[in-house]
Amino acid sequence: MVVRCALRMPVGWTAVFATVSLTLAVCRADDADGVPQPQAAIARAARAVVKVYGSGGVRGLEGYQSGILVSPEGRILTAMSTVLDSADVECVLDDGTRHRATLLGADPRRELALLAIDATGLPSFALEPADAVPVGTRVIALSNLFAVAVGDERVSAQRGVISAIVPLQARRGAAEAPYAGDVYVLDCTTNNPGSAGGALVDSRGRLVGMLGKELRSTTSGIWLSYALPAAELVRGVAAIESGTIDAETVEDARPFDPGRVGAILVPDLLDRTPPFVEAVVRGSSAERAGLRPDDLVIAVAGRSVGTRGALQRELGRLPAAEPMRLSVIRDGAIVEIDLGPKPRVEERPRREDER
Amino acid sequence: MTTARMLRAVVALTSVCLLVTLDGGALYGVDAVDRDVLTAEARRVASIRRASATAVAIFAGEAGGGSGVLVRPDGYALTNFHVVQPAGPAMRCGLDDGRLYDAVLVGLDPTGDVALIKLLGRDDFPTAEFGDSDLVQPGDFCFAAGNPFLLATDLRPSISAGIVSGVHRYQFPAGTILEYTDCLQVDAAINPGNSGGGLFDADGRLIGVNGRASFEKRGRVNVGVGYAISARQLRQFLGSLRGGRLVDHATLGATVASSADGRVVVSDILESSDAWRRGLRYDDEVVSLAGRPVRTVNAFKNVLGTLPAGWQVPLVYRRGTERAEVLVRLAPLHAPAELAAIVAGDRRPDRGPGRPAPDDVPGRPETMRPPPEDMPAAVRAVHDPRPGFTNHHFNVVERDRVAAAIAAARRPPAGPWRFGGTLAESGDFRIEVDDTVVSIELPTGRSTLDPRGDLDAAADPPGSGGLLAALALWRRLSTGGPADLGSTTYWGTAPLYGSPLAPADETATASPPLLDVLESAVAGVLARFFVDDGGAVVGIDLWLDADADPCEVRLAPPADDGLPRAIVVRRGTTPFATFLVTPDGEGR
Repeated sequence: MVVRCALRMPVGWTAVFATVSLTLAVCRADDADGVPQPQAAIARAARAVVKVYGSGGVRGLEGYQSGILVSPEGRILTAMSTVLDSADVECVLDDGTRHRATLLGADPRRELALLAIDATGLPSFALEPADAVPVGTRVIALSNLFAVAVGDERVSAQRGVISAIVPLQARRGAAEAPYAGDVYVLDCTTNNPGSAGGALVDSRGRLVGMLGKELRSTTSGIWLSYALPAAELVRGVAAIESGTIDAETVEDARPFDPGRVGAILVPDLLDRTPPFVEAVVRGSSAERAGLRPDDLVIAVAGRSVGTRGALQRELGRLPAAEPMRLSVIRDGAIVEIDLGPKPRVEERPRREDER
Repeated sequence: MTTARMLRAVVALTSVCLLVTLDGGALYGVDAVDRDVLTAEARRVASIRRASATAVAIFAGEAGGGSGVLVRPDGYALTNFHVVQPAGPAMRCGLDDGRLYDAVLVGLDPTGDVALIKLLGRDDFPTAEFGDSDLVQPGDFCFAAGNPFLLATDLRPSISAGIVSGVHRYQFPAGTILEYTDCLQVDAAINPGNSGGGLFDADGRLIGVNGRASFEKRGRVNVGVGYAISARQLRQFLGSLRGGRLVDHATLGATVASSADGRVVVSDILESSDAWRRGLRYDDEVVSLAGRPVRTVNAFKNVLGTLPAGWQVPLVYRRGTERAEVLVRLAPLHAPAELAAIVAGDRRPDRGPGRPAPDDVPGRPETMRPPPEDMPAAVRAVHDPRPGFTNHHFNVVERDRVAAAIAAARRPPAGPWRFGGTLAESGDFRIEVDDTVVSIELPTGRSTLDPRGDLDAAADPPGSGGLLAALALWRRLSTGGPADLGSTTYWGTAPLYGSPLAPADETATASPPLLDVLESAVAGVLARFFVDDGGAVVGIDLWLDADADPCEVRLAPPADDGLPRAIVVRRGTTPFATFLVTPDGEGR
């Protein structure tokens, strides 16, 4: 029950859970039984972690990061970043060999990029649909942080525990992270230069996730150490390989104005304008769904929104196929409204006041 | 809204309850804890307790402070150069026993960021046992014991645990010094103040000295990336540091680069270097150095960075299909004045504009603090700074220790030494060494020397580079001790290769035994004497001219009559002769 609650807690609450999960990890006797020493797992898993070099090199914008081999034929999954904004991306494998990499495609929502190098018979991670590992799992982060390892030097290993599984609410500078699904929050510092794209493995060396980019929590401003779960990596790779990544995915990451389905919000005049519905367009999906003027939206798909801006961001993050479920307060009671999936094209109902 | 609040309250309450429950041990009752876990816990507790007793909290007043680790029962402790520089030559150190001790600076290695200090007042300090840093691998449990953020106001160390993240790491010099080569990378929290403290393995053995961390956007706090100077490097410099010296790191006189096919090749070489004289040339592939393989440029820097200047080590190189193995002498990285200026802080390390700044050294100061006016008498008595030394007092201590060992060892008789035998090459020889005459008879002729005058022209017998002079000084050291040898200092410790009884594969080991070395500037020449554990002189290097190859004499340990049964003499790469000494009487 507690863990289930933890799943939905925003990042600001993770400190509490970090403490709990750490304590759990220390106390769990069964972990010590039959779990191999990390040395072997590190030695095995690190062979499938690569050093990625590309554009950058100015302060705050490093020209290097990490990546993981996801097929013996040289497919490398890494974080989509400015490092890859170069025709000259080079991957250095664990054995020190250097390979020119080509960009096969990218998943802008998960910020994943798939690279290919011309090589075969490489050690690689099995990328299979897998259940999320539970909070409290001991993990090892493998990456080329600070570009400490060069040539055939082994990437760096850090140990940690999955402190929480929460939706990502983070930003880079002023920009919000486009991905807002669940991530593993780690108790070790992995938000270092060069860590992004590194592997998160369990104590047997199996891939659990990929280390995320350097992001700060939008709630607390603290730097986040997190990883994208393996299941998301599988989806990301599938999307890239099948070519279903299109402009729409990117657009989804942008704020969505519910006015497009007929729910006109109060003008955004204040810093924290509450998301009151000002008007509902006649004949629109909003009207059909039962939304009424003066409704106050408090949550989107179960995630609380306090401002007009937050409401639009939450709607923007919803996957294209997912219905826009709003919780609104009307006459002191909570009413659930289902606006249906976001429209692909603009709804053009005639508005009363449009005359 | 209300629902969400309630949910939060429930979660928070439940967390608190969970913590309480766990503390009570009821959830996973003590009985349920696996025996292995309890054993592992007990082992860890014992290791940390042992290590804590050796942890030194160094306080330097307003200048900060740091950590150290005791390595000898008479109080010698290792720490960082950048910790003692602001502390100055006299400091107060706290131990886990809650007591404060006076301490004095003994030796400095500014390039390697290492310093040796000595705590005074006891000869039964708890000490850390050295582990083998070459056996450490990523994932090994490790912990640091030190004084992060100078929290140890009760003098008891803070422990931070983690794993080894990487081994054989190379970290560029911060400015012009403090290069971290072949270091251990750990995710155990290394924070400002941890500098100089010990890094220990699961059994509490000392595998390194923490000194550096990668910092970045969050300022000077740990981000899971700390670096420790390896136990190997510390052991290799410890002898020179104990001798109160200002120790320098080494250069081969050649630089290397990666070739297109991934080999490490010589990209530049000084013709004045020993490596050049031993035959190394441009484009030669460096295969190994000091018994350790060189497969990358970083590996070369790593091996070289752990070696003190002046050591003679094996170098294997390849040219085409031809493989050569030579012994090469390493030159100092700095001029003596340059090194002294760095210590004094006259020379500020410049961080060029192209130098990224994620790497930093905790609390690195700029100048060496002068000794305080009110230096405690106990410290004053053992503090003697002199040019070229950190603390000359300890050089005298070590020199006298070695001299006493020589005096107590089996030596040739006090009267004239006369012995003979056969040359391994062919023919017989006779040698006579007395206070007034040294002579040698070889199949090629007889050479004599009057050892009472200057020796700088004494190159006889021809081709030996000064064997007669070396024999004369050997006798002086053996019969009269360092007092008869002009200006003699303790040089430190070094390996000795090419001795008569050495195993054929001695150059293949990366950890050769280290011998005490005395250095004498006498009668216009420079000589170094290698002294083994038993006080026997087993090697002599003698320079008639500082820029030329020395005469190298390697002696087997003495037999009952005090004389070695075999002596190998060579100069540079050229063997001169191998003398097989006939047992007592036969040769007289």
